[in-house]
Amino acid sequence: MSRFLGIDWQLIADNHEILLGGLQYSLTLTASSMAVGIVLGCLLALARLSSITPLRLFAAGYVNLFRSIPLVLVIFWFYFLLPFFGFKLGPDKSVFITFAIFEAAYYCEIIRAGIQSISKGQVGAAQALGLTYAQSMRYIILPQALRNMLPLLLTQTVVLFQDTSLVTIIGIKDFMGANVVVASNNGALKEMYTFAALAYFCVCFPLSMLLKKLHKRIAVIR
Amino acid sequence: MIEINKVSKWYGDFQVLTDCSTSVAKGEVVVVCGPSGSGKSTLIKCVNGLEPFQSGSISVEGTSVGDAKTDLPKLRAKVGMVFQNFELFPHLSITENLCLAQEKVLGRSHAEAMEKGLKLLDRVGLKAQAAKFPGQLSGGQQQRVAIARALAMDPIAMLFDEPTSALDPEMVNEVLDVMVQLAKEGMTMMCVTHEMGFARKVANRVIFMDRGAIVEDAAKDDFFGQPRSERAQTFLSKILHH
Repeated sequence: MSRFLGIDWQLIADNHEILLGGLQYSLTLTASSMAVGIVLGCLLALARLSSITPLRLFAAGYVNLFRSIPLVLVIFWFYFLLPFFGFKLGPDKSVFITFAIFEAAYYCEIIRAGIQSISKGQVGAAQALGLTYAQSMRYIILPQALRNMLPLLLTQTVVLFQDTSLVTIIGIKDFMGANVVVASNNGALKEMYTFAALAYFCVCFPLSMLLKKLHKRIAVIR
Repeated sequence: MIEINKVSKWYGDFQVLTDCSTSVAKGEVVVVCGPSGSGKSTLIKCVNGLEPFQSGSISVEGTSVGDAKTDLPKLRAKVGMVFQNFELFPHLSITENLCLAQEKVLGRSHAEAMEKGLKLLDRVGLKAQAAKFPGQLSGGQQQRVAIARALAMDPIAMLFDEPTSALDPEMVNEVLDVMVQLAKEGMTMMCVTHEMGFARKVANRVIFMDRGAIVEDAAKDDFFGQPRSERAQTFLSKILHH
């Protein structure tokens, strides 16, 4: 038996299929909810900065609502309660929707700050050339805002990756869920949970450090 | 071509423009000067609707700027504007800066836009910088690109909002040279500037503003020879004698 850091690595090697499958699930869920979340976040940010009051109020309400309730609750809500209203989505779809709309609230605030950091002169220059509001947003303001905010958006995604572990509680075999299964099947709770912690740390910590550096560099370029 | 009629504008209770009336004829070069905070920039930004105004009217070639039914983007595409802080798009290369609006607003093909852009870039003496980004150019170079970008839209008139105020002194002339050349070619121009040398050289008329009102609107020689208002006299003596 090969033991290191108090973990039985043979056990992990024996179960590498389920663990890798879990990791793949977590990464796929993170990537897809990030993609949809950022698009939704963009739309919400534009709505929050809109001159149309109902749009602005809707977006503000949306953001404040999702930032004020726990993620677990939203997961439960979509998974357990939507079927009562006639929507049977199944666990995979329901957590994907949960994460996309939940994270959109957080991405929205980052993107909004990014848009507001672009000087009014840039908006004026775009308008003076005859670009419409939509065109100036698409070609001038949003590309700059997203570039400036890229490190923060990715940092939020690292948080999202950790948060996806919550899907374990509705029985999904994401990376955390896979660890739980291996742990209970082999009576190796201490080992597998230590391994899971180590794995999450090894992915998230270097990424966070890297993003911190990137953020500094972009700040310097600006 | 540009008719400004009794335009007034308020920021809350504060009145920034008071009953401003003037006009710019086709091919005319009008210089707007006055102390800072006198409303010069605000007035020129009203001309293409970048700043809304509450009363009065402005029309550009017969199109009313303040009318809610006016297609403002379409009107702006016909009027070039150059800003104090250049406002090139930092995430786009020089050629992309020149081509974007030509393609997205005028619907020109990329090849057509490139040809036009490079021709104008050559004209302002910056052909070698085509592939660079705005951040890699000096202020004077950026402002010349900004002028080329506005000209690429084939504007019927050009508005300049203090185009040399943010430049280092040694770069002022390279920008003024481009503007003088443009004026000599017959471009209709409205320029907010403190460069009285430029005004003397090419202006047809000079407008002097103070506290949001047009105090003096006179032919160039009259303005520099014998300004009627005392405020214009004081202003001129302050900026010309030192």
